[in-house]
Amino acid sequence: MEAAAVSTVISRVRRILFALLVIAIVVMAAVLIRLRERAQDRLHAIHDSAPAETAASAPQNVTLVIPNDLDGSLQDEQRSLSLPTDDSGKARVLLQDLLDTFYEPQSTHPISGAAGNPGIENVFLMPVPQATPSTGSPTPTPQANASGTLAIVDFTAAFAASQPSGIEPETLTLLSIIGTLHANLPAITQVRFLIDGRTAQTLAGHADLTRTYLVTDTTTGPTHP
Amino acid sequence: MLLLGQSPPKPQTLPPAPAPSIPAPAPPQVALKYTVLLDAAHGGTDTGARLAPNLVEKDLTLDLASRLRSMLAARGIEVAETRTSDASLSADQRAEIANKTPFSACILIHATATGSGVHLYTSSLAPTPPQKFMPWLTAQSAYATRSLKLLSDMESAFAHAEIPVTLGRTALQPMDSFACPAVAVEVAPLRRRASSKTEPLDNPDYQRAVLDALSAALAQWRGEWRQQP
Repeated sequence: MEAAAVSTVISRVRRILFALLVIAIVVMAAVLIRLRERAQDRLHAIHDSAPAETAASAPQNVTLVIPNDLDGSLQDEQRSLSLPTDDSGKARVLLQDLLDTFYEPQSTHPISGAAGNPGIENVFLMPVPQATPSTGSPTPTPQANASGTLAIVDFTAAFAASQPSGIEPETLTLLSIIGTLHANLPAITQVRFLIDGRTAQTLAGHADLTRTYLVTDTTTGPTHP
Repeated sequence: MLLLGQSPPKPQTLPPAPAPSIPAPAPPQVALKYTVLLDAAHGGTDTGARLAPNLVEKDLTLDLASRLRSMLAARGIEVAETRTSDASLSADQRAEIANKTPFSACILIHATATGSGVHLYTSSLAPTPPQKFMPWLTAQSAYATRSLKLLSDMESAFAHAEIPVTLGRTALQPMDSFACPAVAVEVAPLRRRASSKTEPLDNPDYQRAVLDALSAALAQWRGEWRQQP
C-alpha cells in the first residue's frame, strides 16, 4: 500500500517534470526563432545600407578587362557606369558589370547562366596586412613596407558553379577581375577570393584560390629564358 | 591589350599565411637519370571538367598520359606517373610523388572544353634562388626559370605541329609544390580561325598530333635538362 503511494508520487513528479521540460523546449525554440529573426533583420539592414545601393554618382568612364578564351588575351574595354561613391561599392558594381559581360550571347569568355544573376556577393577592402610574404619571395616573411589595399572578392556559389572548368578559363576569370580592379582602383594591390564567404581550394577545380594575388605585375608577361 | 600567347600576364601570387614548413627533398635537385613524371590530373571522385556528354577530364588525362608514356618509352625515355588508374589523389600526394625522386621534367596533363589548341602554363611564383629547404607550397619557385625553358621547347614543338598554343602563368596546385621543371599542358578543342571546323577533344588524329608534339619536346629537353639556368 505504501509502495503504491510512493509509485504514484514518483509518477506524478515525472509527469510534472516532463511537462516542465516540454514547456522549456517550446520557450527556448520561440526565443531562438525570435533571435534568428532579429539577426536576419540586422543583416538585411546592413545590406540595405550598403553603399552600392545608396549613393551613386553621375555616369563615369570605367575600364573593364575582358578575357578572350580563344587566344587567351585580355582586352581593355571602356564603358560608362554610374558608380557608388565609396570604393567598396564601386568595386562591387564594377565586378558585377564585368561578370555580366560573361553572360552575354557574344561573350568571348562565355559562362552559362542568365545575365543579372549576382556573381559577386560582396567586395571587402582593407589595408594590406603588414605581416605578409614579400613580393619577390614566396617564403613567408614579414613585409614591413607593404602598402596599398587588399580586396577580398566574395563570389556567389552559383557563379562558381557556372564557371567553366579549366586552367585557362579560370585563370582568365581571375586575371580579368584583378585587372579591372587595378585599372579603376589603383590603390588595390592585392586580391583574395572567397566563395560564399568561405575560403575555397579552387574556383572550378584548377585556379588556386587559397593564395593572395598581386595586381602590380598583371600587365607584364613572363620572359622566355 | 594583354595577350597570353604574346605577352602573357604574370599573376604573381603570395602563398597563404600559414605556409607549412615541409621541406622539399633537396633544393633544386638535378636528376641523375633523365626521367619524366606524367601527372594525369583529377581522378576518382574528382572528375574535372565535363568535356563532352560522355567524356570527363579525368578519363581523357589518364588516357593521354598512358599513351604518352608508351611514346616516350619508345624513345628510350624513363617515365613515372602519379596515377595509372582512376585513383583519387590529393595535391599533396601528387607533390609527394613528384618530390620523392628528382625528375628531369614534370608534365601535368589537363583538358578543357573552352579555348583552342593547347594551353601551356608554368607557375606564377616568382623565381627564387635554390635553398636547402624549400617551403612545400612554393617549391616550384626554385625551378621557375628551368620550367620556362621546358615550356619554350614545348611551344616550339607545338608550333612545328601547327597546333595553336596559348602561354601563361597560373597558380595551380600541385604544380607550385613540384620540385622539378614543371609545365601544365591543357588540351582544348582545336578551333581553326580560317574555317569554322573544330577538332573535338576525342578526335584521335588531334590527340595523336598533341602527343607527338609533347613527345618531341621531351626528347628535345633530354639534351638540355642538365644545363643550369
